[in-house]
Amino acid sequence: MCEITKQPEIKVATGDRAILPEGAKTIPIFVMGKKYDVPETLTIMKAMEFAGFKFLRGAGCRGGICGACPTVFRMAGDYKLHFGLACQTVVEANMYLAQIPFFPANRASYNIEEMSAAADAIHALYPEIFRCVACNLCTKACPMEVKVMDYIAALKQGQIDKAARISFDCIQCGLCASRCMGEIPQYHVAQLARRIFGKFIQPRFEHLVSRVKEIESGKYDQMLDELTKMDHETLKKKYVEREREPDLSSLGAWKPKETQYL
Amino acid sequence: MAYTPELRELIKKVEATRPARLERARRGENYPALTMDEREEVLSKFHPDYQKDAKRIVRVGPNKGDSLQDQVVGLLESKSIIRPDKVNLNTINHETDVLVIGGGGAGTSAALMAEAAGCKVIIANKLRHGDSNTIMAEGGIQGATQEGDSPYYHYLDTIGGGHFTNQPDLVAALAKDAPLSIAWLESLGMMFLKQDDGRAVTRHFGGSSRKRMHSAGDMTGAEIMRVVRDEVRNRGNNITVLEFSPAVELLLDEDGKCAGAILFNMETREYSIVKAKAVVISTGGFGRLHIKGFATTNHYGATMDGVVMAYRAGVANKLLASTQYHPTGVAYPEQNVGLLITEKVRGLGAHVLNIKGEQFCFPLEPRDVESAELIQEAMAKGLGIITPTGRVGLWLDSPMIEELHGPGSVRKELPAKFIQFERHGIDISKDPMLVYPTLHYQNGGICVNGNSETILPGLYAAGEAIGGVHGENRLMGNSLQDIITFGRRAGKNAAAYIKGGVELKKLTLDHVVKFEKELAEAGIENPQIAPILLPDYSTDEVAANRWPEAVTEKV
Ligand SMILES: Cc1cc2nc3c(=O)[nH]c(=O)nc-3n(C[C@H](O)[C@H](O)[C@H](O)COP(=O)(O)OP(=O)(O)OC[C@H]3O[C@@H](n4cnc5c(N)ncnc54)[C@H](O)[C@@H]3O)c2cc1C
Ligand code: SF4
Ligand code: SF4
Ligand code: FES
Repeated sequence: MCEITKQPEIKVATGDRAILPEGAKTIPIFVMGKKYDVPETLTIMKAMEFAGFKFLRGAGCRGGICGACPTVFRMAGDYKLHFGLACQTVVEANMYLAQIPFFPANRASYNIEEMSAAADAIHALYPEIFRCVACNLCTKACPMEVKVMDYIAALKQGQIDKAARISFDCIQCGLCASRCMGEIPQYHVAQLARRIFGKFIQPRFEHLVSRVKEIESGKYDQMLDELTKMDHETLKKKYVEREREPDLSSLGAWKPKETQYL
Repeated sequence: MAYTPELRELIKKVEATRPARLERARRGENYPALTMDEREEVLSKFHPDYQKDAKRIVRVGPNKGDSLQDQVVGLLESKSIIRPDKVNLNTINHETDVLVIGGGGAGTSAALMAEAAGCKVIIANKLRHGDSNTIMAEGGIQGATQEGDSPYYHYLDTIGGGHFTNQPDLVAALAKDAPLSIAWLESLGMMFLKQDDGRAVTRHFGGSSRKRMHSAGDMTGAEIMRVVRDEVRNRGNNITVLEFSPAVELLLDEDGKCAGAILFNMETREYSIVKAKAVVISTGGFGRLHIKGFATTNHYGATMDGVVMAYRAGVANKLLASTQYHPTGVAYPEQNVGLLITEKVRGLGAHVLNIKGEQFCFPLEPRDVESAELIQEAMAKGLGIITPTGRVGLWLDSPMIEELHGPGSVRKELPAKFIQFERHGIDISKDPMLVYPTLHYQNGGICVNGNSETILPGLYAAGEAIGGVHGENRLMGNSLQDIITFGRRAGKNAAAYIKGGVELKKLTLDHVVKFEKELAEAGIENPQIAPILLPDYSTDEVAANRWPEAVTEKV
């Protein structure tokens, strides 16, 4: 697997494995205090792999969206603490780093059907949000630049819609919770808020209600059945001749000429 | 990471040829497209799917005689992690109704449906619940929800896009269930993009006849995954989630029904036995096999495990030879490697260039042809650009877009890409990007019918792990739909199967014994051990320093 490609004259990195090309520089990084020399420009994740680590925890999507790889680091001689995703942050010389692949945070169980657009349920399930001291450490830690403190503040005031929107980019990495003075599991609260918003506050898909009924009444069964049995040529002809909805039609307004299959 | 001085030096060559290239572009001239014969040639020589030397014939099992990629065949002809005759199958560690292997979007949907039908469920995950390809999908999910559309047209678009190689009953299931899936996700509280009146905001995409693509920001897959996973957590009484515990082998009973699996706790290195009345395989795709060394868009655990396990239990797969490569994946900076750069960049007029700043292909050939031409230029002709991390790439001259469509157009037309590169100090409206083909999607997989059933009683499969829904070519937005449609069907049908009364007999691994005997009879020496679970990224140097020969035993 992931062997160097056949042509031997060009040695290139393949798959996700980095190599150190001739003449390239290495820089020292400190993984949990221990020094490794790694090629510059690598991400923390790939630099650690270059050094010989194999991830079990601390790596998931490898694309900045799953939240498996939160990492804290300091630069030698600087008091400032930094936060980032190992798969997205590039190594710098003399970086001292540790991953926090898991941080305990309480999650309240609930029945979504029993929720409503009112914020009372959120307040009852997560009374700790009122312990927020507005220190803003959460927002500073967030690798997705989510305004964490602001969504907690919005929820305290019962503004579910605002919290849902502000928190939309959250990847549930847990860094905010690891910093919280109020010991709040922010991202779990935000998840609840978004689901309540999606189910009870956003308007429902009206047009989908009738489509679901049509499907359940079996309206399309025979049409689809015919298509599955159709000979290749007829099918191809139908495919080629199908009408295309104009790009600029407004949603739901356009009607095709052929209506018997709608 | 901004461009290094060495790369900056090379960019000068791109800038040097740009005025003349722009001149030609303004006159409407372009690099000539290949003729059909030339296409054939470049494909057969350089496209990973076509290269005969990259493929070989499967020698054992239900797909015996098929010609597939080297790595895929290696996994199909592999031997088990466990020694089947030494396992004590009398000690059952977990007993459940439904075992779901792989908690991405497909598996999690299956678990929810089975639970809703009254089943106890275990979800076994290789990584954390949700670390998956599902969470990475940005674009959207298809479904014929608008009045001017219907499942009929969804069917036509899908089968036409797949060059009519799709399995018809699967396409019919997809088209029929798509609106139901979307309604289900909405009822769970997913934040779809909607107009103020509640109408879905839907878009066209390559190969669509109707605006059918629904989305949630530019992280549709992540929103789906977050919502279904959260719902599983609410149903913790009936759904047990085991993380870092991949399945490594299926278990059958003496009657030949699927009856559970062996799990491997990767942290403690302990094995355990799950006895289950029904099993759902939803282990996703194979991007992390890095077929022919390609980078991939896929998550860390995409290693084709489900197909391997099912194969040993006698379940065939289809269309596995067909892989989706995207011609322009990012080759630099390192943190974006493998990620997609939309076709739109070339659509807007950006040229693809070699290290000398010269054009070598028509930029809008079909995806597979374009990929082959890039590979040829970089690898056979040696005219690629080598990055500081030892990757090879070719230039994609995005600043041309500013010249052709006016200042500010890169930012306006490609906002997400602009920000993605800007974050790493690269302004793609001023500097070109480095790109190379990337491995994106496993088109083929386990054979199932429209009910998500395999030929093995009690074994269901869903999601990227199955084959036939998309034929040889998948339309965008159809795989997020596929995982919900077939995930739900798998869960529902597994529950119905159990309700019908399932009496499990003694557990056995005889299918593995039999399969390994076949390997030996076919003369396959030193087969690989699989599933491989995670890719190995150790460098040659590190591997050598581990002293593969000189150490006495594994420490
Ligand atoms: C970057 C990217 C963008 C995409 N964009 C889109 C898009 O816009 N629209 C669209 O429709 N599709 C898109 N796709 C495709 C789509 O996201 C996937 O095909 C789909 O989500 C696969 O879902 P799944 O549930 O089958 O597999 P996955 O979501 O990959 O889940 C499989 C799970 O099983 C686990 N697993 C693997 N092996 C084992 C084992 N042995 N035991 C236990 N667990 C195991 C995996 O770790 C993973 O968690 C995209 C894919 C990628 C990678
Ligand atoms: S809000 Fe918290 S959990 Fe979400 S991405 Fe930011 S730091 Fe991570
Ligand atoms: S870290 Fe906690 S206490 Fe501080 S602002 Fe954020 S939520 Fe409030
Ligand atoms: S591995 Fe998923 S966010 Fe880094």
